[in-house]
Amino acid sequence: MDFTFLLQLIINGLVVGSIYALVATGFVIIYKATSALNLAQGEFLMVGAYICLNLLSKYHLPFWQAILITFFFSAILGMLIERLILRPLIGSHLISVIMVTLGLSSILKALIQLAYGTDTIPFPEVFPSAPVQIGPIPVSQGYLYAIGCVTILVVILTSFFKYSKTGVAMRATASSQQVALSMGISVKKMFAISWAIAAIVSSVGGVLLGTIRGGIDMSLSFMGLKVLPVVILGGLDSILGAIVGGIIIGVLENLSGGFIDPLVGGGAKEVAPYIALILILMFKPYGLFGKKKIERV
Amino acid sequence: MRCGDFKTNYAADMTIFESGTARFMLGIFLCLLFTLPLYLPGYLLDIVNRIGIAVIGAIGLNILTGFTGQISLGNAAFMAIGAFSCGYLGTKSGLPFYLCIPLAGLITAFFGMFVGIPSLRIKGLYLAMATLAAHFIVEFLVVKWESVTGGVAGLTIPPPKMGGFLIDTDRRLFFLIFIVAVIAVLFAKNLFRTKVGKAFIAIRDQAISAEVMGVNILKYKLLSFGISSFYVGVAGSLIAYQAKIISPETFPVTVAIDYLGMIIIGGLGSILGSIYGAIFITLLPELLRMGTSSLSGSFPELVNNLAAMKELVFGLLVVIFLIFEPNGMAARWHSIKNYWKLYPFSH
Repeated sequence: MDFTFLLQLIINGLVVGSIYALVATGFVIIYKATSALNLAQGEFLMVGAYICLNLLSKYHLPFWQAILITFFFSAILGMLIERLILRPLIGSHLISVIMVTLGLSSILKALIQLAYGTDTIPFPEVFPSAPVQIGPIPVSQGYLYAIGCVTILVVILTSFFKYSKTGVAMRATASSQQVALSMGISVKKMFAISWAIAAIVSSVGGVLLGTIRGGIDMSLSFMGLKVLPVVILGGLDSILGAIVGGIIIGVLENLSGGFIDPLVGGGAKEVAPYIALILILMFKPYGLFGKKKIERV
Repeated sequence: MRCGDFKTNYAADMTIFESGTARFMLGIFLCLLFTLPLYLPGYLLDIVNRIGIAVIGAIGLNILTGFTGQISLGNAAFMAIGAFSCGYLGTKSGLPFYLCIPLAGLITAFFGMFVGIPSLRIKGLYLAMATLAAHFIVEFLVVKWESVTGGVAGLTIPPPKMGGFLIDTDRRLFFLIFIVAVIAVLFAKNLFRTKVGKAFIAIRDQAISAEVMGVNILKYKLLSFGISSFYVGVAGSLIAYQAKIISPETFPVTVAIDYLGMIIIGGLGSILGSIYGAIFITLLPELLRMGTSSLSGSFPELVNNLAAMKELVFGLLVVIFLIFEPNGMAARWHSIKNYWKLYPFSH
């Protein structure tokens, strides 16, 4: 077997996987705090990428300003959605919550399409793209920056949940809403914050994807569906699981793209994560790090 | 004077028609429906045909999701299986269409039950994900299994033939589709007056209590998947006959979302609701097209964005219905009807 080819695939997998990990983290944060399954996560990513694109190419802001403003708008979007759409549905049937996020994803996709059309829009170069040599293979610098950004963000998130007062309050809410309420934590505020954080981390994923691919279009929203195998593998309520799962699924996807696609003539890359999803559900439905509390009826 | 909706025995509670008038009105409606092809132009008839197919599919999904409480995002895949098995049986083995359609339904039912097996171990959102994964796997198989499905190019379906009579125009297809649709509605309506239907509802409302009451969960969940997929498969095979060419792109995941939207907007757990929802969602793009073409003088860019507009309105409707009327149009209609029935003494 060609070793450099394998290594190249694994590195690509790591990069894509780290972005999956980010989006999955957002997904898990929402699920843990509000037990809502957010199928519009991919649209958050897409909206974030488009906001940043607009700031960079229309207003010519420096990247750090653009990304901060993107965070701000993403947070507002997340909180608005929680307040207007999800809060009235607290306590309603699961299918309502799933369906409302699907409706939301339709709305966001349609708005983006109305505003920007369906064509791919070039994304300004943020990171230098000249490849650097790692061992035998050349790796785009953008990839390294992407992995770096994801690592930094994960560290920030972890310390936020571990040390900050809000983070601890969010963990308390996730473990028991009633107890959290009795300790004086505003559960509503925690819900809003978790949606805001989820929107922010997803927008980072969108911006990174935009810089790596060099352009963005509507297909970014499919990331939201790719995240489902990731969270199932990692365990629906584990942030660590989301990160590990994201990287595993990213690598798996690229490996099956490299080795199985030539045999079957394409398409294996797209379907492999879902086959993995079914297998995980059959043999380890709570994932690698999830809480083992699946109800059997 | 009536001042409430009182039933004194079980038979009255179970009756389909509350009064002779309702029966009479339905008769008139059916007469009007089956004379539609006489005076509707071809284009409108095509829309009516699509509504008929959507009604069958939406009832199928509602049996599983609305009545049994099992979420399925794999509806488009089931539909594809129905369509392609119908196409394969019709072209390769030359069976007549009146055997192809039920056989396609049975094949889909079998597949649906297979997908339903995990529903015994997993539920709720895990099931939603499993069915979504099933959708992508089926899509992959449909593209790859070229000897049966024709691959990316798809299958060309010859028009159904009965003796020497070709069912090839919209007008002739109308009768095929709506005869099947009426049977489908009648069967579903009666299903929920039987033990099987009651068991489905019991599983939805409280699975553990249902088990304690002696409902065999394994059997009835699989049965629900089977019946539901049978309906969806039949709808898929009718789509094959109507579209004449089917390819993997005919059944994207958005079709599954559209069908879920139909039963949400129409009413979960209501046969009438499935019909309303199917009519409404099928008409939505057509209504938007009419609206935008009349506005295109002042907003010329609207016409190009029809797909996005449709998606926007669809999403907004789903969200609004879920927040303000979670039981859908059927419940709203029911409460309006009751208000006027008891007028002016309703409370």
